[in-house]
Amino acid sequence: MSYHFAIVGTRDNPLFDLDFGTSKLGGDGLSHFKPEAAHMNQFILHASLDMVEEVQWANKDLYLKKIDSYQNNSIHCFLTATNVKFLLLMNPDPSATPYSQHTPGTTTSPPPRAAANAKHSATLLAANPSSPQTEEAVRVFMGEVYESYVKCTLNPFYRANQIITSPIFRSRVQAAAKKYL
Amino acid sequence: MPAATDDNTYGVQPPGLDFKDSNTIPLPPPKHFQPSLRYPSSRKTIYDRNLSRPSSTTSLASFAYIFNTIITYHHAKSGSVSEIETRLNRAGYPIGIKMLDLLLYRQSGKAVRPIRLLELLQFIHGALWRGLFGRAADALEQSTSKKNEYMIVDNEPVVNTYISIPREMSQLNCAAFVAGIIEGVCDAAAFGTEGVTAHWAEGDEMWPGKTIFLLKFQEKVIERDEAIKASVG
Repeated sequence: MSYHFAIVGTRDNPLFDLDFGTSKLGGDGLSHFKPEAAHMNQFILHASLDMVEEVQWANKDLYLKKIDSYQNNSIHCFLTATNVKFLLLMNPDPSATPYSQHTPGTTTSPPPRAAANAKHSATLLAANPSSPQTEEAVRVFMGEVYESYVKCTLNPFYRANQIITSPIFRSRVQAAAKKYL
Repeated sequence: MPAATDDNTYGVQPPGLDFKDSNTIPLPPPKHFQPSLRYPSSRKTIYDRNLSRPSSTTSLASFAYIFNTIITYHHAKSGSVSEIETRLNRAGYPIGIKMLDLLLYRQSGKAVRPIRLLELLQFIHGALWRGLFGRAADALEQSTSKKNEYMIVDNEPVVNTYISIPREMSQLNCAAFVAGIIEGVCDAAAFGTEGVTAHWAEGDEMWPGKTIFLLKFQEKVIERDEAIKASVG
């Protein structure tokens, strides 16, 4: 159960990113992505920006819910009024994601660990990315991040599309993640 | 490649490297990264502030003083009326970008992104004006001749309260600053403009300071808006 959160600016430029795991149900709060996921996650998130652009002129809400999925990753998006995208990638079992070894058309059998965890992970948010509980949790999480983001932009020294480096912003996002996801 | 050992830290010379007989001076070991963030004495950062202060009011006197300083600065730097207006416009632009997110945040649960042109214009006319000046703008009109031009009218812009324009610069309207804010909002909401300008509305005896903000949207914005209108039905 791992998450990758990124803020993408109006020129599709990354502003902020953070990996974390769930703190619910005995989770340790750390992400357990495979090493190759470090770049794959960014790739998957940026690929979903096309979906955001399709949805954004049809849906007035800030929170666009689940917009894309790739293998067992699913991506939720929150779009601010200034077209800055908050993207949250959730993966119920990172060790089961085949990434480049994946051959389309064949269903990969889940590794033994995933089978053992299946019962446990069924109750996790990321196992049901479209369920109302997940959407509500992500909505609240995004709302907290939005608040911190607005405060960040109100800094007179912050220009639009500038990378967010503030350690306090990071700790705020981490706190929100720990609380809701 | 020699295997890294535990004692191979910066204090101990790695094997095969001897600096004694050379003139080179080894670099000092890198310092541990120390975040240089400094907290204010109250220990409250901008992240601890509350964003939804109800109807916060700023002193008009202090605003007038700062705005006067901005105009004096740009006047001294520029050679023509249009250059002052451009500079004031640029000064307001980042405020618009930030206001859009702030105002939407303050609407909390019922916040929606403006996706139609009319929604954006009503947002500017209502929410933005209320956020900045405590009241809605006085009129919102579409140009009769051109499809992509809209006008927002303010009978008495607050920014011009204490501004007197010398006779030789009578075309100058310092509400160009507000025009810059409007342009920032439009651009940030992905409604690109070809410029927002502030003009004096002449011949109105009741409101001598009446100002018209002219919004010229890009053709592609109009096209997109019509496409959305067609798809919604």
